[in-house]
Amino acid sequence: MSIKAVTAFMPKQDLVGFIVLAVIIFVVMPLAMDIFRLNLVGKYLTYAFVAVGLVLCWGYGGILSLGQGIFFGLGGYCMAMFLKLEASTPEATAIQSTPGIPDFMDWNQLTELPWFWEPFHSFSFAVIAVIVVPSIFAYIVGVAMFKRRVGGVYFAIITQAVASILTILIIGQQGYTGGVNGITDLRTLLEWDIRSDSAKYILYFVNGILLFACLLCAQFVRKSKLGRILLAMREREDRVRFTGYDVSDFKIFVFCLGAAFSAIGGAMFTLQVGFMSPSFVGIVPSIEMVIFCAVGGRHSIIGAVYGTLLVNWAKTTFSESLPELWLFAMGALFIGVVMAFPSGLAGVYKMHIEPRIQKAMKKIRDDYENSRAVKSEQLGAIE
Amino acid sequence: MFSEYSTAELMSIFAMQGFAGLILFSVFVLMALGLAIIFGQMGVINMAHGEFMILGAYVTYLISNLFSEYMPALFSMYFFLAMIVAFFVAGGLGAFVEWAMIRHLYKRPLDTLLATWGLSLILQQFYRTVFGAREVGVSLPDWLMGSIPLTDVIDIPINGLFVMALTLVISVSVYLLMFKSNWGVQVRAVVQNRPMAGAVGINTEKSDRVTFALGCGIAGVAGSAFTMIGSTGPTAGQLYIVDTFLVVVFGGAQSLLGTIASAFTISQAQSSMEFFLSGSMAKVLTLLVVVGILMLRPQGLFALKIRH
Repeated sequence: MSIKAVTAFMPKQDLVGFIVLAVIIFVVMPLAMDIFRLNLVGKYLTYAFVAVGLVLCWGYGGILSLGQGIFFGLGGYCMAMFLKLEASTPEATAIQSTPGIPDFMDWNQLTELPWFWEPFHSFSFAVIAVIVVPSIFAYIVGVAMFKRRVGGVYFAIITQAVASILTILIIGQQGYTGGVNGITDLRTLLEWDIRSDSAKYILYFVNGILLFACLLCAQFVRKSKLGRILLAMREREDRVRFTGYDVSDFKIFVFCLGAAFSAIGGAMFTLQVGFMSPSFVGIVPSIEMVIFCAVGGRHSIIGAVYGTLLVNWAKTTFSESLPELWLFAMGALFIGVVMAFPSGLAGVYKMHIEPRIQKAMKKIRDDYENSRAVKSEQLGAIE
Repeated sequence: MFSEYSTAELMSIFAMQGFAGLILFSVFVLMALGLAIIFGQMGVINMAHGEFMILGAYVTYLISNLFSEYMPALFSMYFFLAMIVAFFVAGGLGAFVEWAMIRHLYKRPLDTLLATWGLSLILQQFYRTVFGAREVGVSLPDWLMGSIPLTDVIDIPINGLFVMALTLVISVSVYLLMFKSNWGVQVRAVVQNRPMAGAVGINTEKSDRVTFALGCGIAGVAGSAFTMIGSTGPTAGQLYIVDTFLVVVFGGAQSLLGTIASAFTISQAQSSMEFFLSGSMAKVLTLLVVVGILMLRPQGLFALKIRH
């Protein structure tokens, strides 16, 4: 790849943004926080995967999915199923009436592992399933909707209905899914204790690296021809269609990509937090994830990460000190962002902060040039 | 799954479930009518619709307490006053919300969704602060309690009948208002072609505001009616919202008749399946079928034949 291709893919200001974010995530946070807080930040960052996917789908593709929690949840459940099976060895579950199956199945009078749990004994299968299951799910939903030209508001409502279906199903089928409690009490990953502090450190960095991989992937989509088609489609879909593109294929692709990102986030969530439950699948968390993206700025992939961090940090702080106020604050945030800052933090930065930085930089540069000019003049005078 | 029941038993099961379905149908229609006006006619997604209903329910609760405290003699009639007050309180709040928020967002329908979701969070917390987190219920006047025995096995609860009658009255009035009154013609004109409607002298801003307020007012009445069949909590509104949207979309967003037809289909399907499957599985199956049909027919059952 030539240098030109690299700069086209990653212009200077984007590169600066990436580097600043990398420094914050990999250097500042680990140095400034104890392991408890760092683990919390790691949890927030898993939501950022979803927000980045939403920037591509919503900010670029113009399709707002209110069911991203589905994919976060599916990814998380795939990982949780593997971890649960590993934690449910016959020795560890010896007190159950049927040793060797997960505890909640035993409580629900299941005597045999259901067929769809069997393959999750294998780690490689679980890792592949984390990505493939949600992507296939997204593909089915995407094909069914976009090929029929269901879009905009209707797409949002139907994804919401799908999220609600999945939640009811998970809660209703207690014996197979752990019901409303979800899959809890996860201990080891390939005999590596994920509850220890050192594991939490490592998982935080793995999470950060995966997030950056997704960010780079999103940046690639954004800067490629695909990204420009998505933008064109968002603005005037019919014209893109008349030009000969099959818009549904692009929508399906970006929807699946967003789903895959969310699923990785879900799997990392399960690893870092140690459980997965339907409370991360349904409508309410899905809409919250949209607000993470909206606060950061729906057109900025880096902004989405900051938005997620900020909203979740505010949520934790508020719910610790003033729990009654949190819903008021969250509601006001929804309304305020939509009404006053439709392009979120990234928009505020672009409108107000970036010009000032550039002005200041220019001033510094000018001062430098001036002083050099003065200096050379003085030098000339001495000679 | 039918073999373990005799024919007579099956008949009465279907009759019972059919009647339970009719009550569910009334509930769906009441919830969806307001939404069908706001979403179907104006294209605004009001995620706070459930909270407007709960507002009506709380108003009814307050008024029933007021009557039992100060005017026990008139207690049997409190309900009618409560409905009217609920309509105006919810409608008034609706008009305010339209003025403060919605009118700035007509060109961004997806953003109305987020903004009204924020509004719903605020309202929820408001109810929790004022009325407490626990569910509240109203005491019914005597004439609404009890049931009419139809046969040995089938009983018809009177409050269910009353809700059904109420639904009928409200649906007919909405129909008359939208399709027979001068105002309804104006609203539909604004929806179809805003600049043109403005050009012939219709005050489109006022029309929008009144339409939104009317939708919210009907939600308030719906909430008021709900107090007769269940209790009310701060988060109850959120439970209904997806169902309500599906009812409206399934019926074809711009058709009031479609809304009623889809409410009937969905409620009957769910209630007759509920007897044989668990409640949650019946719901999952119903929703799946609805979503499946919507994928085949994105415009809903009763789509208006218009060119886009």
